[in-house]
Amino acid sequence: MSLVSYIFGIASATLALIVVIELLRRRSLRERHAIWWLVAGTLALVVGIFPATLQWAASLIGIEVPLNLVFFVSIAVLFLVSLQHSSELTRVESKVRTLAELVSLQDLRIRQLEETASRDADG
Amino acid sequence: MSPLLEQTLVVMPAFNEEASVGAVVREVFETLPGVTILVVDDGSTDATSERAQTAGALVATLPFNLGVGGAMRTGFKYAQANGFNNVVQIDSDGQHDPSSVPRMLAELQAADLVIGARFAGEGDYAVGGPRQWAMKFLAVVLSKTAGTRLTDTTSGFRASGPKCVALFADHYPAEYLGDTIEALVIAARFGCVIRQVPVSMRVRSGGVPSHNPFRAAAYLGRVGIALVFALARPSSTLQGT
Repeated sequence: MSLVSYIFGIASATLALIVVIELLRRRSLRERHAIWWLVAGTLALVVGIFPATLQWAASLIGIEVPLNLVFFVSIAVLFLVSLQHSSELTRVESKVRTLAELVSLQDLRIRQLEETASRDADG
Repeated sequence: MSPLLEQTLVVMPAFNEEASVGAVVREVFETLPGVTILVVDDGSTDATSERAQTAGALVATLPFNLGVGGAMRTGFKYAQANGFNNVVQIDSDGQHDPSSVPRMLAELQAADLVIGARFAGEGDYAVGGPRQWAMKFLAVVLSKTAGTRLTDTTSGFRASGPKCVALFADHYPAEYLGDTIEALVIAARFGCVIRQVPVSMRVRSGGVPSHNPFRAAAYLGRVGIALVFALARPSSTLQGT
């Protein structure tokens, strides 16, 4: 591994972590959504600085080409994050549905109250 | 004017039904004097709300389309908030004959959910092919779940008593087929007594039922999925109260 690719690996991981932390700091990312990205970024940084840890982890679970472990973990993280998003979307949809139902009922109630009020004003 | 009808809210989910909703509302008022009608306009882009209002119904207008399940839950919430004991669901396309409602309400005295069933000996409504197999299959499985013989589980012509109104105001599913299949499972699991009453159905005033075999097969598949998940979900509980 050349020095350039070594630095490139560390820089990419650091950049990813900085973006996540900055979004968290600006409150445009909630903690429970950020946790997976933080874990992934930290792992990438550790592996970037100490490539030996990747070889050690790969041999530990019997993966011959350490790079495959990187792919496996990346896909696993992406899978979990997208599953979490689907589940959040479902929850948000059900909240929107409840709000829409309440809005329509309140709209009906307001119209009824206005009618009563204008009838009282006339009579 | 019967006190039973005064305690009953007729909920009519309507999506772009300006052609029929006015006439159906007037017919229901004529057949069932003293009843309150709530038309839930499910995000229509036409004059459904205006037509229903002119005909004398209360109208709740949803800001966007939620499907029959969303429209019905709005109706159950309204019934609960305004002290109606019973909710009768009638389609706004004129498919359901309101003269069957008194029989359904009578049956409701000893049950919590009454389904107006098409194949129970009355009327001249016929379907065939995969759609019919889907309905047969559903009837067998849901009869077992409900503990009573049901022949037409996808009928939207239903009457709910107080126990089901409280349950459905919180838990009426919005997914496709959820309003018919899953609602039955939820009610049965909650301990509601389910009965069916034979009713005659009229031909829909607008649109013809699809006879495309691929569509029918897709329908069969979706019925299966809806049923499996409805049965796999945990039972509902009422919050708060």
